[in-house]
Amino acid sequence: MIIPQPVLDAMIRQAYDELPNEACGLLTGLDAKVHKHYPLNNLDHSPEHFSFDPKDQFRVLKEARADGLKIIANYHSHPSSPARPSQEDIRLAYDPDTVYIILSLAGKEPAVKAFSIRKGAVTPVEIEIEEG
Amino acid sequence: MSKIKVNEEIQEVTLPLSLTELIRTNSATPEMVSVQLNGDFIPQEKFPSTGLQDGDEVDLLYFMGGGAR
Repeated sequence: MIIPQPVLDAMIRQAYDELPNEACGLLTGLDAKVHKHYPLNNLDHSPEHFSFDPKDQFRVLKEARADGLKIIANYHSHPSSPARPSQEDIRLAYDPDTVYIILSLAGKEPAVKAFSIRKGAVTPVEIEIEEG
Repeated sequence: MSKIKVNEEIQEVTLPLSLTELIRTNSATPEMVSVQLNGDFIPQEKFPSTGLQDGDEVDLLYFMGGGAR
């Protein structure tokens, strides 16, 4: 998955801005290349849980189609735990075709990792940061 | 056979067909997805009673949630 540096910076900023709660959002793009970043409302407003508002998801879907893009990844932050899927993340990872990105603020520096999650099986996905 | 567009792909289906049945034929369960039918958001409790018609456009999006706990 290729993420432009400005998109990654915006995701990290959002994660800090929404502390102590988890932040979340969607990424649209083509194939494995991210083009746009959509910070979304965490319906749960919780430091330990997040849910997207389905109406926000449909809004992003509509805009992605207008741009000729697809929703290729979602992300959420872990304010105080590592950048790996929790049991809850795995239980609720229904979409086998998307990439799940987790952004941890638990360490001195933010950590970002990506995963494919299919039927409970977690596979790391390499992230390449594109300068610019 | 009738044609319904699901996530922008044409599917041939036999009517009558409810939203719940369409979701199941697309390898999902009603609890996993949110649905728009011809651009209108359909609440989950209406999936079983919502019948589809030839030419309908359905968008299915997986529920997204999780967390650190």
